[in-house]
Amino acid sequence: MQAVEKKNKVKESGIQFLYKYGAIALLLVIILYFSSISEAFFTYGNFTDILRSISIVTLLAIGVTFTLVVGGFDLSVGSTMSLSTVVTASLMVWYEMPLWLVLILPILIGVLVGLLNSFLIVVIGIPDLLATLSMMYIVAGFHRTYTEGYSIYNNMPLTSGGNAPGQLSEAFLWIGQGRMLGLPVPVWIMLVMVLLAYVVLHHTRWGRVLYMTGGNAEAATLSGVNIRKVKCASYVISGVFASMAGILFTARVGSGQIDAGAPLLMEAVAAVFVGYSVLGAGKPNAIGTFFGAAVIGILLNGLTILNLPYYAFDIIKGGVLVSALAVTYVYAKKRFTQT
Amino acid sequence: MKPFLSMNAIHKKFGNVNALEDAEFHLAKGEVHALLGVNGAGKSTLMKILSGVYEQDKGDIVLEGKRIRLRSPKIAKEHGIYCVYQEVDTAIIPELSVAENIMLDTIATGKNLFVSMPKLYEEARNALKELQVETISLQQAAFKLSLAEKQLVLIARALVSSAKIIIFDEPTAPLSIHESNKLFSVIHKLKDRGVGCVFISHRLPEVFEISDRITVMRDGKLVQTYNTADAEQETIIESMLGASFSEEQKKRNNTLGEILFQVEGLSDNHKLKNLSFTVSEGEIVGIVGLVGAGKTELAKALFGIEPLRKGMVELSGRSINVRHPVEAINAGIALIPEERRKEGLFVHESLQTNASFPNLKKFSRLLFMNKRAEKSFAKDIIHRLQIKTNDTDTPLVHLSGGNQQKVVIGKWMSLDSKLYLFDEPTKGVDIGAKADIFKLIRELAESGKGCLYFSSEIHEAIGISDRILVIYNGQIVKEFSREDATQERILLYASGGKEE
Repeated sequence: MQAVEKKNKVKESGIQFLYKYGAIALLLVIILYFSSISEAFFTYGNFTDILRSISIVTLLAIGVTFTLVVGGFDLSVGSTMSLSTVVTASLMVWYEMPLWLVLILPILIGVLVGLLNSFLIVVIGIPDLLATLSMMYIVAGFHRTYTEGYSIYNNMPLTSGGNAPGQLSEAFLWIGQGRMLGLPVPVWIMLVMVLLAYVVLHHTRWGRVLYMTGGNAEAATLSGVNIRKVKCASYVISGVFASMAGILFTARVGSGQIDAGAPLLMEAVAAVFVGYSVLGAGKPNAIGTFFGAAVIGILLNGLTILNLPYYAFDIIKGGVLVSALAVTYVYAKKRFTQT
Repeated sequence: MKPFLSMNAIHKKFGNVNALEDAEFHLAKGEVHALLGVNGAGKSTLMKILSGVYEQDKGDIVLEGKRIRLRSPKIAKEHGIYCVYQEVDTAIIPELSVAENIMLDTIATGKNLFVSMPKLYEEARNALKELQVETISLQQAAFKLSLAEKQLVLIARALVSSAKIIIFDEPTAPLSIHESNKLFSVIHKLKDRGVGCVFISHRLPEVFEISDRITVMRDGKLVQTYNTADAEQETIIESMLGASFSEEQKKRNNTLGEILFQVEGLSDNHKLKNLSFTVSEGEIVGIVGLVGAGKTELAKALFGIEPLRKGMVELSGRSINVRHPVEAINAGIALIPEERRKEGLFVHESLQTNASFPNLKKFSRLLFMNKRAEKSFAKDIIHRLQIKTNDTDTPLVHLSGGNQQKVVIGKWMSLDSKLYLFDEPTKGVDIGAKADIFKLIRELAESGKGCLYFSSEIHEAIGISDRILVIYNGQIVKEFSREDATQERILLYASGGKEE
């Protein structure tokens, strides 16, 4: 009897440990492993590379974090990012618009997608996964229709004949390719947004309202929260972050790639769930999401150095997501049965 | 009586907490054995062990002279041990007919691939006949049944599976008096068949009515077993509490102020009909009625959760029209809802986070939370409400029901509301915490607040209220002053009767 008890205790504290330090431990193990097999890995240059490579996913993931905080989910972020990518490029290449409009219009599109999502979820009452899954297809369809299936690049030939008049401006490309104070600009943008999300979620009244709505919507309502507004706000925030990711992607690549966001959805979702178990937060949180994105980024970087074929990467990404989910749900089950 | 079932020296630990320490329980054939104890005494844990939900760490269970191990609910059922839970819906399949629900175990585990419907209906009909509740139609879908009828279906299910022991876990809590009486007559039928019944309830009068023996548990141990015929309510309460308990009905010097809250001709779309009443400053008004009379509907309507169709509501002389809880809170109304864990709390959050939530503006500068102010407020209410906890950061799941309820009340204290709506605030709360909660409500009234106390526990309502309004079928049928109110008179009106 006592032996069983002891074994249970060991098992329990193991899960506890995984839950609190799992993501960080995984990060350290990965770093140690890749450092030991490759000299190119543990260098300043490679680390700024990694940070730059995760900046776009991190923005996307922060948006998803906000929807998970209120107890929802947003699958449409990948498509929204794709739409924003091609719209951003087209505004410059096709229509030669000034930079400020090029930055604002895609954001407004993100707001619009967020509002449509909340309309389906909050007003009509479709479950969030299904509503945003449908929106994912609709938005993706829009972005392909808009470009007629082509990617958008400087002076591209147009189907109506002739070439497009515009180009992506230097000032715009600086957002994705420039450097500031020793770090790439996208890394600065990412760090500022992570910090902003962290402060909003953990140190403001708004953050409190978001978390409580996700924790118990009914109790939140009876404590005087209008949960419809709160949910709507979080889907709009999610759409805005996806749009920012799209703008950044265009500036980084220098063209409006079609379907840019689709493969990033999985990574973003995985990042958020890995983030659940950073320091035992047990819930979606900004710093955790950043860590999650870093874990995935470092893993993919190391595998590239190892020359693993890119088509095998999805197996790794999926594996990371499944492990993160497993730790989260095993812990949730424990917490449930204890009460 | 010769023991039919014995549970001996049962131990069960959850984490570091000893839920059961050397507990025992004995049941004879064909007896109704009541199991009593305050919340946390261990009665639910003991019964979950008996029904196979948990397995004990130590101790044995002997049924009909044989040692048995109950490793799962399925094994418990194979031994003839059934449980009728309070949440009947978890055991009913709503889309299936009553007959199919009764025969569910046969359908699910029977040996035959094909189910003979006529035979199935016949067996189900026999079961209902035996319980003398043939009024339930076998063909109708189970989701159309009332709660009480669903309970009967579960009992019938246990019956067709030739149950030897049936555990009733607070079966009467959601029932009306009439439905409870029906249930009791069914329990008598089960007794006659030799089924041993375990009956858990917080309501002493019905325990005395139905049971043959009473076992009292405290702190995970058996305190004593009484023959109901020789036992007295006071003795039982004393042994539940482990101390003598005199129901403290302090006379307050109730100095009533001006009329604070006035409702006139209030109706909603289905339940409430033309309700009018007032609450003065410093007054506690009891709204008493049986389950389903419309108490919760009224509380929800006043708080803006359910829409109103007609009527006028005035608070502090100003006409208000609340369409959302936000508006009710802004107007100065606070609600302590009936389903505390579902509607009142964030159970995985800390006391501090829960307490500050209704008035975040007070605990923040500009947009930023002031966690120090939150903490000191949390400490303040722990002290004022005598909440038993060590710190303000523990998630509320680790607190007992009574302490959780105090948090639900305490969280409104930062708002300084004018009118408090208490919807069954003592439900599932042990006697010790109950006294604290009553004291708290009195203090609120003494500081000039208006309180509406919604309850179906008549004697508690008499104890706390200055005035009692009896609600029946969505209407206020009678008003009693504190002096005139007696349990019998209130019950008469609450169940639709009238005095000659």
